[in-house]
Amino acid sequence: MAQHSEHPASFWTLASVVPPLIAAGLFAFFLSFLPAVAAGEGLRHAVPWVPSMGVELSFFIDGLSLTFALLISGIGVLVMLFSGSYLAGHPQHARFSLYLVSFMLAMLGLVLADNLLALFVFWELTTITSFLLIGFNHDSKVSQRAALQALLVTGTGGLAMLAGFLMIGSVAGTMELSALRDMGDVLRDSPMYLPILILVLAGAFTKSAQFPFHFWLPNAMAAPTPVSAYLHSATMVKGGVYLLARMHPNLSGTDVWMWTLVIFGAFTTVFASVVALKQNDLKQTLAYTTLMALGALVLYLAAPGGYAITAMATFLVVHSLYKAALFLMIGCVDHATGTRDARRLGGLIRRMPVTGIAGGLAALSMAGMIPFIGFIGKELLYKGGLESPASVVIVTGAIFAASALMFAIAGVVAFKPFWGTDAHMPQLDRPIREAPLPMLAGPVVLGALGLYFGLDSHTLQVAVTDPIAGALLGDMEKGKDLHLWTGVNAALVLSILTFATGVVIYVFHKALRDRIDEAAARLISFDAAWDSFLAGMTRGAVAVTAQLQTGVLSRYLLVVFATITVVIGGTILLRGLDIGSPVLDGISYVHLVVFGLTIAGTLVAVATNSRIAAIAGLGVVGIGVALVFIQFGAPDVAITQILVEMLVVVLFSVAALRLPTLPPARPVSERTLHAAVSIGLGVVVAAVVIGVTSVPLDLNLTEYFEKNSYPIAHGKNIVNVILVDFRAFDTFGEISVVAVAAISAYALLKQRKPKGTS
Amino acid sequence: MNSLILTTATRLIVAILLVFSVFMLLRGHNEPGGGFIGGLIGATGFVMYAIACGTAEARAALRAAPEQIAMVGLGVAALAGLASALFADPLFTGQWLFLGASEGEKGLPLSTVLVFDIGVYLVVMGGILTLVFALEEEI
Amino acid sequence: METLLAITIGCLVAAAVYLMLARDMLRFLFGLTLISNAVNLAIFASGRITVGGVPPLVPDGEKYPVGDVANALPQALILTAIVIGFGLFAFSLVLAMRAYSALGTLDTDAMRLSEADDEKGDAA
Repeated sequence: MAQHSEHPASFWTLASVVPPLIAAGLFAFFLSFLPAVAAGEGLRHAVPWVPSMGVELSFFIDGLSLTFALLISGIGVLVMLFSGSYLAGHPQHARFSLYLVSFMLAMLGLVLADNLLALFVFWELTTITSFLLIGFNHDSKVSQRAALQALLVTGTGGLAMLAGFLMIGSVAGTMELSALRDMGDVLRDSPMYLPILILVLAGAFTKSAQFPFHFWLPNAMAAPTPVSAYLHSATMVKGGVYLLARMHPNLSGTDVWMWTLVIFGAFTTVFASVVALKQNDLKQTLAYTTLMALGALVLYLAAPGGYAITAMATFLVVHSLYKAALFLMIGCVDHATGTRDARRLGGLIRRMPVTGIAGGLAALSMAGMIPFIGFIGKELLYKGGLESPASVVIVTGAIFAASALMFAIAGVVAFKPFWGTDAHMPQLDRPIREAPLPMLAGPVVLGALGLYFGLDSHTLQVAVTDPIAGALLGDMEKGKDLHLWTGVNAALVLSILTFATGVVIYVFHKALRDRIDEAAARLISFDAAWDSFLAGMTRGAVAVTAQLQTGVLSRYLLVVFATITVVIGGTILLRGLDIGSPVLDGISYVHLVVFGLTIAGTLVAVATNSRIAAIAGLGVVGIGVALVFIQFGAPDVAITQILVEMLVVVLFSVAALRLPTLPPARPVSERTLHAAVSIGLGVVVAAVVIGVTSVPLDLNLTEYFEKNSYPIAHGKNIVNVILVDFRAFDTFGEISVVAVAAISAYALLKQRKPKGTS
Repeated sequence: MNSLILTTATRLIVAILLVFSVFMLLRGHNEPGGGFIGGLIGATGFVMYAIACGTAEARAALRAAPEQIAMVGLGVAALAGLASALFADPLFTGQWLFLGASEGEKGLPLSTVLVFDIGVYLVVMGGILTLVFALEEEI
Repeated sequence: METLLAITIGCLVAAAVYLMLARDMLRFLFGLTLISNAVNLAIFASGRITVGGVPPLVPDGEKYPVGDVANALPQALILTAIVIGFGLFAFSLVLAMRAYSALGTLDTDAMRLSEADDEKGDAA
């Protein structure tokens, strides 16, 4: 992206100015809800959407959704300011702005939706818009692959989540989150709890890139830097965290929930912070630290404790602030120097003092230094870990390891490029300068906020952590206080140990990096496994297609018929079919003759090798069917049937003059197979008809027609009244089909012959 | 098929069938019948005519091209459905006019429903004749 | 009565499927006509059979139908289904004739092979 700095374009274009204004407007709008939400209120607004299915577009604002909405729109303003300058002059800048704003709106919908189906729709919208954003440099193979990977991984998870949502809906009888909040016990006691949990977690874990679905997130760094800053730190990947937090009142509280989240969260957080250390590209480093943060957030959603939830809420804000700031800071550095390689950058503080100080502030918050908000976050993480009902050792240990590594990584990311040696700096033919103001705004504001909230933690507590505790635990009082200084206690001791370990790691990080490299080379790569998975899918699809798409009509039909037979027949065999006793009332010899005639005609049509005999057989079947209609009170249908049957026989006879004689019967082996499938399907259809006719029939509609045919529609022939009055629109569609069939056949036949030759 | 008896008899039968088809169409609202049946009967008449005297003659007797009849029918049916818009009713709501209605006597009913059924009649007859004529000319 | 009708429908379906599986287009069309009949009967059966039922007509002087009336709704469905089924059948027949005049065979396997060869020459 550095090439754009060579032809500086104006920031004052629509594509640059409009997006931050939209975001700022939304931010202000959401800010206006803060007083009510801080007082513990939940606000709901609903618009009917598919009323017949009980689906409405409903939005719900409580502590949790408002925090996310403020983060999304607030960081959105800064990211959009940044990208307005970063991409100024790019030929597809307007397209980029459109994607970014669409993404923001989808993300806001996701966190504000009250209906699970609406939430799903917004969820998938974020997947699609992020696909467009990650693949923005669409002529690069790397971007293409990363975008597709993100789409497939999170999209698949989203579908699993939809299945889980539908199960929730069927168990609880509602899809509204605001109503589901009080129904946790119903869900937990349901036998469907485990499947629901697995499916919902599949959605959350793929979106939030928990191990083993983590691989798409570092790859997604192929996106332009503001996208990485926005999607992959503050918003999209937090969607999964949001979902888990949202589901916390409904699904948490069981051992399965707790241990699943603890194990996945703890592993992801440690794994990610170790791998982060080995990266050379600073963007990649930050990507892995994002994984670490997501792991920690998941870890703290495992347990219902007041410290755990307060820690989660605080760390959510802490991470969003410093991560977006650092990404944007690296964007500035990259913009100025053309590299993001940690091994080469150094000594930039003299050239880019503002960037350096802003990044430094963010990094100190990330490292958890006093008096930054990061320190409070880390203290709370330790307190939450120490009171963890799952395992104090695992949770606290994971957080300790991750925090120490974070400390070291903060040094690598923000200290070394500015205060480290500049011996390896690339030689540039232009001076290294500060980035323009719109780009600087993000790191500066976000870095400063990290410090501000550290000093004024009470504001954060009132606005964010208490309302979130209220949303998740049902009681704002359960939220713990945010203080910089809580006295000398276990958490403080752990913090000091963390700093010490962090310093050691930073000093030896180059040696460690090589060790990790060696170890990583021996591990299987999930990224590569994904590629072989995709390749395997393609091979499988090719093999299946070669089997199914043979181009042989009889093979297609065989597959279709056999599938119907097996699926319906299998269901009948498995579930049993209550056919009651055979309904054989009122059979007279007339009926037997009619049915016998029909079956005899059928047999002739099947068995004969003579065209005329077969056509005659079909005629007999047609007349037999017409007689059935006459016998059971359907004169209109019977007349139509006889007339059509006449025409069918006439047309067949006419065609027979033109077409060749029937070929001999098929070979025995083929005949046996075909006969088996045919008889199987015949039996299945007969069974289904028997089954259908043995259950009571809902005659509501028929009774309505009978009652209203004459009084309202002035017609005594009810069948005809249905056709031309009650259901006239359907009939109109049907006669259109007849007309279209006639015209198409006419066109087919007449395309070579001049009209009127006979 | 150049049988004189067949040709002569067919002319008579076709005439009867056509009248019968209109009769079936008009009575359809109260007795078995209607546009579908009427159209089929009418088509059968012309199919017989085509078999007996040849398609060229049948086309001549029909005067209009069958595919045009089908399209006109579709248009008539659509207009009958749209007519309800004039009375601010939903699409395809039947509109009735009873000529000479008095106490206890409904009078002569005229309705968009009947017009719609005439559309059905024309589509079915035109559509089937299009198919059959085209097939027979193929021989 | 429904049971008897169901068995008849089963026979029709079996025969229709057997015919449709043949490689010959004409046999396929025979099967198509049979299966349309079978489906119409199945719709009819699902609306229940009224033995000795009277047609769904309102007798003169009455406002509603009287006595054991046959279910009118499936009848309306079948009536249009028959006509549409005929349209489908006629179209398929025309297609078969066209295919025969263009490719010289009604064997669907052979058609698949000659389709590729004749693509440019015949299928205009």
